[in-house]
Amino acid sequence: MFSLIRTMWTILLHMFRKRETVLYPEEKPYIPPRWRGRIILSRDPDGEERCVACYLCAVACPVDCISLQAAEDGHGRRYPEFFRINFSRCIFCGFCEEACPTYAIQLTNDFEMGEYVRQNLVYEKEDLLISGPGKHPEYNFYRMAGLSIKGKDKGEAVNEEQPVDVRDLMP
Amino acid sequence: MPTIYIDNKPYEVKDGQNLLHACLSLGFDIPYFCWHPAMNSVGACRQCAVKQFRDEKDTKGKIVMSCMTPAADGTRISIDDPEVKEFRACVIEWLMLNHPHDCPVCDEGGECHLQDMTVMTGHDYRRTRFRKRTHRNQDLGPFVNHEMNRCIQCYRCVRFYRDHAGGRDFDVFASHHHVYFGRQKDGTLENEFSGNLVEICPTGVFTDKSLKRHYTRKWDLQTAPSVCMHCGLGCNTIPGERYGTLRRILNRFNGEVNGYFLCDRGRYGYEFVNSSRRTRQPFIRNKESGKLVPASREESLEYLSSVLYFGAKVIGIGSPRASIEANFALRTLVGPERFFSFGERNLKMISSIIDALKNGPARSPSLREIADSDAVFVLGEDVTNTAPLLALALRQSVRQRPMERVEKFGIPLWNDSAVREGIQDEKGPLFIAGTHATKLDELATETYHGAPDDLARLGFAVAHELDPEAPAVTNPGEDVSSLARRIANALRNSRRPVVISGMSSGSEELVHAAANAAWALCRTGKDAGLCFIQNECNALGLGLMGGRSLDEAFSLMEKGETDTAIVLENDLYGNSESFLVDKFLDKCRHVIVIDHLPSKTTEKAGLILPACTFAESNGVFVNNEGRAQRFFRVFVPSDEIQDSWRWLGDAMKVSRHPVSWETDDDIIASVSREVPILNLKDVSPPAAFRVAGQKIPRQPHRYSGRTAMHADISVHEPKPPEDPDSALSFSMEGYEGMPPSPLLTRFWSPGWNSVQSVNKFQSEVGGPLRGGDPGKRLIEPAKGGAVSYFQGVPASFEPGSERLFIVPLYHIFGSDELSLLSPGIAERTPAPYIALSRKDADSLGIAGESGAEVAASGQSCRLPVKVDDSLPHGVVGLFAGSSPLRGIALPLWGRVRKTE
Repeated sequence: MFSLIRTMWTILLHMFRKRETVLYPEEKPYIPPRWRGRIILSRDPDGEERCVACYLCAVACPVDCISLQAAEDGHGRRYPEFFRINFSRCIFCGFCEEACPTYAIQLTNDFEMGEYVRQNLVYEKEDLLISGPGKHPEYNFYRMAGLSIKGKDKGEAVNEEQPVDVRDLMP
Repeated sequence: MPTIYIDNKPYEVKDGQNLLHACLSLGFDIPYFCWHPAMNSVGACRQCAVKQFRDEKDTKGKIVMSCMTPAADGTRISIDDPEVKEFRACVIEWLMLNHPHDCPVCDEGGECHLQDMTVMTGHDYRRTRFRKRTHRNQDLGPFVNHEMNRCIQCYRCVRFYRDHAGGRDFDVFASHHHVYFGRQKDGTLENEFSGNLVEICPTGVFTDKSLKRHYTRKWDLQTAPSVCMHCGLGCNTIPGERYGTLRRILNRFNGEVNGYFLCDRGRYGYEFVNSSRRTRQPFIRNKESGKLVPASREESLEYLSSVLYFGAKVIGIGSPRASIEANFALRTLVGPERFFSFGERNLKMISSIIDALKNGPARSPSLREIADSDAVFVLGEDVTNTAPLLALALRQSVRQRPMERVEKFGIPLWNDSAVREGIQDEKGPLFIAGTHATKLDELATETYHGAPDDLARLGFAVAHELDPEAPAVTNPGEDVSSLARRIANALRNSRRPVVISGMSSGSEELVHAAANAAWALCRTGKDAGLCFIQNECNALGLGLMGGRSLDEAFSLMEKGETDTAIVLENDLYGNSESFLVDKFLDKCRHVIVIDHLPSKTTEKAGLILPACTFAESNGVFVNNEGRAQRFFRVFVPSDEIQDSWRWLGDAMKVSRHPVSWETDDDIIASVSREVPILNLKDVSPPAAFRVAGQKIPRQPHRYSGRTAMHADISVHEPKPPEDPDSALSFSMEGYEGMPPSPLLTRFWSPGWNSVQSVNKFQSEVGGPLRGGDPGKRLIEPAKGGAVSYFQGVPASFEPGSERLFIVPLYHIFGSDELSLLSPGIAERTPAPYIALSRKDADSLGIAGESGAEVAASGQSCRLPVKVDDSLPHGVVGLFAGSSPLRGIALPLWGRVRKTE
């Protein structure tokens, strides 16, 4: 009997508390900057696609919802021929972002992805690729890698010597 | 058996090994780079350091390279000693100083020995602040990609390319940390085994260029055990598939057959599977328009039932490149009496080969046994071009005799550089008799060039020299008889002699001569090997199954005893003269062709049924050794494509044939019952085989993208396909341990992602796979009994006054038609040509590299001429491959005329 009255009293007190429910979507909630939301593909500071199609995001993905195919332009630069994320399977764990060696794949703080048709949750590269560098504005993988691409020859990357002249006899 | 102590625990090891070999065989993980089981030790990389102690009281010890230290009795070492661990970590840190930041864009990533070893030693952070040295790359042709920055100077590539495979156009340049592995200048790697650099290189300097065009990581490839179909040796392969296309071929270790290596034709010839020309649905010829139009499965079955009525006069033409199952299904459908296989000449030769292997005392050796033989006599085969990996085995066999001498100096055979220093240029006995100079001639003790009949006479003379009871050669001539004496002496004074011949020279007498020589050796008490080469992957299997010759099929049609032909995976125009095939097919009322690619034969078909390639079907091939090997479906074919035997099974159903099969195992049971010599039951475990109740997965446990790869078509994931035919599954779920060796879908072991993980699957490193190497030998020699030599020594070759004798010239790239659909191989294929000796060219008035008109067997064409002085007088060589004269059965007499 006593507990019943005590419960009713507690509930009565709640009526005077501040409301926890937010009137979404009129009122937007606070999303912290490290929020793991909709996945994007970013571009490097030169405006080129950052993704080098290394397949590490795909293999790190615990629900296997990323699939892609690597291709190469005529000058040695790799890019994904297609890049597909099945968001109806994605659990937003962020492992792909962690695995990405080029900072190409990033999770953003957009979570508003609801769809009526599940098929619409399959995002292709055109849907994923943004025009900026995202969270890491400076990083450019090809400036670090030894591979030569258009506009960056051997020996022009960070911390590299000029290519060796094999026919040089100097010690 | 010596006992060695590793971290104070005693282990028994095999005699004459080095510590690294012994420790790896015992299951210890010691990082290494330059050592390779097939190429032994040089001690170049300093990575495999262990600490050796004098005795149990010694606590200080000294650091030694395990690959350069013998595993002698009582050796005490430590692998886990902190000092030696630090030493190894330092070594890999030095090796990594200049290694670029490339892994994400490197094709080796995920199956990189350098990655594995770096993780194993614990190096994870680059401390040096100095700059990385860089190198310019070279264009090494269509097979191998070069990225020299990644090199760690282990020297494996040059050791393989120059020392093991005998290449000359690749070397190491410059000095100190500028050391450069490549060619003198850009250009295609000429050696036939250049593709092995991809697997030999512990990192990503050499990568597969064909894979690069459709790159996929190792963990994303769906793989199954397979067998190469580009020659008769039956090398074991691991094809990998992703998104419905075949991505690459990797070597599958089989200690008895290919060991660690593949030839470039086998490695890069796979792209016909992905060809846009593939037949993907049935085609039926429209009665009104006369054109082939796409048809449904039901329509084609209707066509079959209208043609295959009871009492229909149907014949079947099998194929030496189709599996045993497919050929057997056809043979069952039409009846053994109406089953046809080879052209007349090839049928005679294959029957002679089977006769020689079955009824003679000589055993057909495996490739490993050939590599271990100490005297070889090659009769009429251009081995490098007809059975490339056999040439690699022969390159090792000439080292056996000198190695025995070197061993007497006390040099252990695993000490590669010391052994090579001791051998110098000495070579063991290798005699090559052929129609023309071949690449292996550089290794030969002596060579002999002659027309096929003269080669056969030499073989008979050798046999007679070894055993006077063997038929003698009349008037052999002084040079031939003295050469025969020298060959006979060399073979007699060896321990494991091998005689090699084959079908490519088209001479039955050569087969007889080779068999006589080997048998005569057996009579002298030697355990002689007798190896025959066939050009097609299942020629011996088809030969064992029996069947009549194509010429008989043609005459049956001529006589009107048949009006319907089912042609199985065979382009008749490649096996017979085109006017004969034209006549045959035109007379045929119904031509049903089952094949995976359109050909000249399919153009004349009334019904084309789309067949599976080797990568899409299960089957058994019998290789030249008589070893039955099963290959498995790598991926499920799309569209209406199905196994040839399933099409034939459908045909049997609609024609109310009493026999029917549901799975591959049913048909194998049927073959084993009907054709006793083809007892294929235990070639591989049956479809019902399970380990711990589980199937063996084709996909690695890291296989990615399952829920996204089909999401563009439908977001609802399809059920993985069932496989009723084998114990393998199309999924990543299943038994993750070590399956039986015929079912090994890939080589992977924790911490060993690269191809080096094969160590973990062998009973001893470099030795056979655990549970025995896959494959089952079907033919064993007759024990005891008298040897009945082949008679019929041919007369010596007389050059014609008007005509020339045309012999085939095979090319590794060009003579195998399916591999030509790989762009890389097509690039390496020479244009059709004829070759003449200088004398013949002069007498015909053909100067330089001009053209000539060749006429033979009622056909003629104009071809450019190459002068090859090794060809005997009166003999002309014709490129064996797609030329206007394709299909004529060589050798034969023809005419060559100068063109204006």
